[in-house]
Amino acid sequence: MSQPILYLDNNATTCVAPEVFQAMAPYLQQEYANPSSVYPFAGAPAAALEHAREQLAALLGATPGEIVFTSCGSESDNAALRSAFKTQAGRRNLVTTCVEHPAVLNTCRDLAEYAGVHVDYLSVDSQGRIDLDEARALITEETALVSVMFANNETGNIYPIRELSQIAHAKGALFHTDAVQAIGKIPMDLQRDLTEVDFLSLSGHKFHAPKGVGVLYRRQFVPFAPYLTGGHQEHMLRAGTENVASIVGLGKAAELAMAHLEEENGRVKALRDRLQEGLLATCPDAMVNGDLEHRLPNTLNICFKYIEGESILLRLWDRARVCASSGSACTTGSLEPSHVLRAMGLDYKALHGTVRLSLSRYNTEEEIDTVLEIMPPIIRNLRELSPFGREE
Amino acid sequence: MWNYTDKVKDHFQNPRNVGVLPDADGIGEVGNIICGDAMKLSVKLTEDRKRIADARFQTFGCASAIASASALTEILKGKTVEEASRLTNQDIADYLGSLPEAKMHCSVMGMEAFQAALADMRKKHPEYNLPGGEEAEGEDRVVCQCFQVTEGKIREVVRLNHLTTLEQVTYYTKAGGGCGGCLEEIQKILEDELKRAGATPAASSPAATPSPIAKTVKENVGPLTPFQKMRMIQETFDAIIRPGLQADGGDAELVDVSDDKVLIRLQGHCATCALADKTIEHWIEAKLREKVSAAITVSAVK
Repeated sequence: MSQPILYLDNNATTCVAPEVFQAMAPYLQQEYANPSSVYPFAGAPAAALEHAREQLAALLGATPGEIVFTSCGSESDNAALRSAFKTQAGRRNLVTTCVEHPAVLNTCRDLAEYAGVHVDYLSVDSQGRIDLDEARALITEETALVSVMFANNETGNIYPIRELSQIAHAKGALFHTDAVQAIGKIPMDLQRDLTEVDFLSLSGHKFHAPKGVGVLYRRQFVPFAPYLTGGHQEHMLRAGTENVASIVGLGKAAELAMAHLEEENGRVKALRDRLQEGLLATCPDAMVNGDLEHRLPNTLNICFKYIEGESILLRLWDRARVCASSGSACTTGSLEPSHVLRAMGLDYKALHGTVRLSLSRYNTEEEIDTVLEIMPPIIRNLRELSPFGREE
Repeated sequence: MWNYTDKVKDHFQNPRNVGVLPDADGIGEVGNIICGDAMKLSVKLTEDRKRIADARFQTFGCASAIASASALTEILKGKTVEEASRLTNQDIADYLGSLPEAKMHCSVMGMEAFQAALADMRKKHPEYNLPGGEEAEGEDRVVCQCFQVTEGKIREVVRLNHLTTLEQVTYYTKAGGGCGGCLEEIQKILEDELKRAGATPAASSPAATPSPIAKTVKENVGPLTPFQKMRMIQETFDAIIRPGLQADGGDAELVDVSDDKVLIRLQGHCATCALADKTIEHWIEAKLREKVSAAITVSAVK
């Protein structure tokens, strides 16, 4: 009766890796001491915290002192964005993109409304790409911070972070990247390659660590005003007793991500490509959204014209317990379809029929076979119900 | 998470009466692909034109939109036209057990589709003497530009479903669910309806006061001089368009007017709103065309 879940929504969240769960267990049970305490019983959690910091530093090509543990990606984004306007009093402009995650977009809106910050948004083309010349024009001596996501959660587009951070620094602005979707999927090195990135946000649950734990990378000596004030934890950069077990899990997940990076860009990418080619070959009037040249290896955003995404998702679930996402209005929790796809100017005939399938290293060939088998009849059947797409 | 009854799921998985009747007496088409849901309903009457012999649908939309349409056709079949003309969205929701509140607009779409089909039948076959046809006066003005929802529809749905909050109005009609620029106006309509329901439910609707702009335009007979046109564009812009955008935290300035080409610059939230193109086309342009000249085209500069 209970059919297994066919999970293709890894950009929403991921399963906790068994190794991660194992590593965490002692810190949820016997090793419960507060790492700030003075007695030897606090030694293990304190050491575990520092070990995790080293694991994260290794994944990012950073030094352990540059890793600040937070509660999630949104907190890290908030901390970086808000700090920039406290430490750079003379500059009141922020430059970001119109396809950011709401964690950044709504923080920008808040800064604009309550802190008098002027926000400029980089536009995107039909493939969701930004224009570096527009960035050069918008980033000025007034700009306090440039914040551009490393990779987009919906399309998987990867943005030119290196170039953008150089443009920001040339004008004396700080640079932040929301790397929540990129971590563990593509390599990054903040010491060798991305030397001009000042802040980076990441979240554990997107790469097989638990929910409720994240990191703010803050480059050494870059001015920073804490978002959460209070105790002396995290070298006075982020108050609050450390979420030791989750941080230990995050460290383990970082180690695993490094070990599996090749698989992610080999086997997982091949699965995604097979899924993409298979769907395009069997479903007419389908189109892949995004920048196919610069895209995360695990993400496929595909639209099926003339039908609506929620219907597709519900049928996928009923046929084979497939979990996926859609950019359609009925699934965004509002009445408007995805802001990312709208910013790309996607045709309305296609906009409501988008489905995002995002893979992880836990997906198998057989699972992809199943989707390739059930999707074409679902699409065909829903089109038979639709009043559109016949005469054209 | 999906919160659908088994009946909704059944009608979504196994929709009844799909298709178009080739010899339909009336066809009702509501919604559009831009808004995310649309429905085409065809209805065939019995020989004596008293009852609904058959009904078929096509729907573009989410699971509850498809289920609502399927339910509608099942409800309609066999009903007298008289009975069917009194059908409300609540009947569709009840037939399906219930619908999540945020999806109630799907049932409203079903009700509207039949109303449209009935209106189509009345138009095509006046000799049938079908019921209905009394239009509410002065209530056909579009309030929500994003989803093209009229004042009349908002009032009807508020009355039928005894709605009391702004959020409910959006759930049931989608009005206000896009840019949100019309929320204040919906609130006024809602308050008015609540007042009416509380005091004298039978009171007639107050006559709409025409805006000063509308008056200016109506008094203007004959072609406009370039100066008049420019002035009217400016007036419309200041009196209608800017306040509308400002209500949504946005703004715009008039950059240039040459013949019928209007150049504007969007500001504040509008400058970054992903809906900007739609706002310009569907709203600013529509307003200027309505108030000044049908030939006007609007484009934006950065």
